[in-house]
Amino acid sequence: MNDVPLPYRVTQVRDETADTVSLALTPAGPTSLAPFAPGQFAMVYAFGVGEIPVSVSRIDRRELVHTVRSVGAVSAALCALRPGAHVGLRGPFGTGWELDRATGQDMLVVAGGIGLAPLRPLVFDALAAPRAYGRMNLLIGARTPHDVLYSQQVHAWTAAHGPLHCGVTVDRPAPGRLGHVGVVTTLLNGARFEPRNTTAFICGPEVMIRATARDLLQRGLPAHRIRVSLERNMRCATGHCGHCQLGGVLMCRDGPVIGWDRAESLLSVREL
Amino acid sequence: MTDSPAISVLDREGLDALVKTLTTEGRTVVGPTVRDGAVVLSELASADQLPFGWGTRVEAGHYRLIPREDGAAFAHTSGPQSWKTFLHPQREKLWSADRGADGQLSLTAEQPEQPSYAFLGVRPCDLRAIAIQDRVLTGGHYQDSGYRERRSGAFLIAAECTEPGATCFCVSMGGGPAADNGFDLALTEVVDEAGHRFLVRVGSEAGAEVLSHVPRCQADVETQTAARRAVDAARDRMGRAMPPVSLRTLMGQSLEADRWDDVADRCLTCGNCTMVCPTCFCTTTEEVTDLTGDHAERWQRWDSCFDLDFSYLHGGPVRSSPRSRYRQWLTHKLSTWYDQFDSSGCVGCGRCVTWCPVGIDITEEASALHDELEARLRLQEQAEQQERTEKVQ
Ligand code: SF4
Ligand code: SF4
Repeated sequence: MNDVPLPYRVTQVRDETADTVSLALTPAGPTSLAPFAPGQFAMVYAFGVGEIPVSVSRIDRRELVHTVRSVGAVSAALCALRPGAHVGLRGPFGTGWELDRATGQDMLVVAGGIGLAPLRPLVFDALAAPRAYGRMNLLIGARTPHDVLYSQQVHAWTAAHGPLHCGVTVDRPAPGRLGHVGVVTTLLNGARFEPRNTTAFICGPEVMIRATARDLLQRGLPAHRIRVSLERNMRCATGHCGHCQLGGVLMCRDGPVIGWDRAESLLSVREL
Repeated sequence: MTDSPAISVLDREGLDALVKTLTTEGRTVVGPTVRDGAVVLSELASADQLPFGWGTRVEAGHYRLIPREDGAAFAHTSGPQSWKTFLHPQREKLWSADRGADGQLSLTAEQPEQPSYAFLGVRPCDLRAIAIQDRVLTGGHYQDSGYRERRSGAFLIAAECTEPGATCFCVSMGGGPAADNGFDLALTEVVDEAGHRFLVRVGSEAGAEVLSHVPRCQADVETQTAARRAVDAARDRMGRAMPPVSLRTLMGQSLEADRWDDVADRCLTCGNCTMVCPTCFCTTTEEVTDLTGDHAERWQRWDSCFDLDFSYLHGGPVRSSPRSRYRQWLTHKLSTWYDQFDSSGCVGCGRCVTWCPVGIDITEEASALHDELEARLRLQEQAEQQERTEKVQ
């Protein structure tokens, strides 16, 4: 490891769900990290606690947004930060979604739970140049309606009749809320895409990624056009700590976004 | 073989003069010495501290010092440490963080002056192990700066092998007891009627420079021949061997093998094998805070893929069964290392075999996996043949 984190200031804290928070960060000093691409991640350092990898969920010139779910000591400390606090940031690390791959094709973005976070900047970029792509679909799965991230934004997308078809499904409905119930793959039938000419971007729990990718393969999407983002334990993000291995893949370097042509066999071995 | 000015001979005093020359240059000389019943690596002030007259008897899960009548200094096999103890130390501070009154963070890189090492008695397998760690820690997009500095300043004196141990299998890993490159100086110890001496070959300009300060003789044909013979003979006396197949392919085809359950029944998941292995590089990080709560330090320390926390991902470890953790270690060493760093992760030094408390032997496990795969492929072929004959009928 060599680079020391750069101090970033928390400019805004947004509660997304009961356990998930979005932190808007700007450089505390004159220097900032190199630009991030959608799908890439930073190592975010909570003073006195530790560092975790977090994907960027919004990229706005010098400002970065990271959406963090409180699941461990570091993420809990990050979720408890208030505006004005400082964090340390290293990055950008890893492979991005590479939206270019979808140029001239239909686009299928499938998100499960917190998996929507790394996909959000991809959707923003695609919407900024809708003519470059065919039909655009965003399919979102969550445990309950309260667990849908960026709910206002998602609501606006589902209600609009723009270039983006957006569908939401939940495992368990909340009383008084209408909507689709079921796993996210049940939304595929309502999506508008020509399988042989589609690029898919998937992020979520591994079971959901597997189920979605298999469904898409069956519909005729070539494996290399299915891009998935995976997660592994990570300490350094620079390829030296060995923690993020998945078979021959070093997730910090070769991932987190990889093609299903490479991921499929790796994810089919238990406890690899 | 002809006399060459690049090849010289040192006696025991010459070896000591070499150590003194390096020390005078401000180098920390590290080499093998006897302590607590083992040959360990330690800082040396004089060549007299080398394990003259000590050999080793090793087996799977077994290591013992044995006295040698010939007084040889480099007739022992790998001890429990390797040079990574010095180049990639167990614990290293990465940075410190201070929090000001207003919550502002300032982060400072740890950039201590690194020692300038001279390693005396680096085995050919360990030369290859150092080259492997070089690729892992400095060969990619990001470089481990501490390692890079220690490594680029290190002076390597190889000692070729004339007494391979019962757990050695470097030849079957594509190596051998001869030092071909990657050293500044290479020694070959010769003990016979003509005396106790060390043939020295120069491998770099720095090596030639250091050697120019050391009293030495030009190498005679007899010493050169004796040295070559001893190293050649060592090549044929390896204690163990890997199965002569592509281990990379074998591991890739064995991910669901039954043998993993068998070895998991014996493995204690203690991680000893990863600690003693000269190529294992994995680390974790620790956060240390002081009492004021406004000063924190980030430390890196060795970690092991046998540790449950190693693969922890919110909720639990990805690799919880001992089967999956042993599989991770072996397949990484012999197969996925190629995908990641373009080489094998094993040099055949035998340490993991010797220092495993229950004597699990990497070569035996690889052979068993090979046998299992062969049997499976045979069965498959038989089934296919049967299917073909049934179709014909
Ligand atoms: S795996 Fe075992 S034999 Fe191979 S380099 Fe490591 S310790 Fe030596
Ligand atoms: S193989 Fe041996 S040394 Fe390695 S973890 Fe298992 S018991 Fe420990």
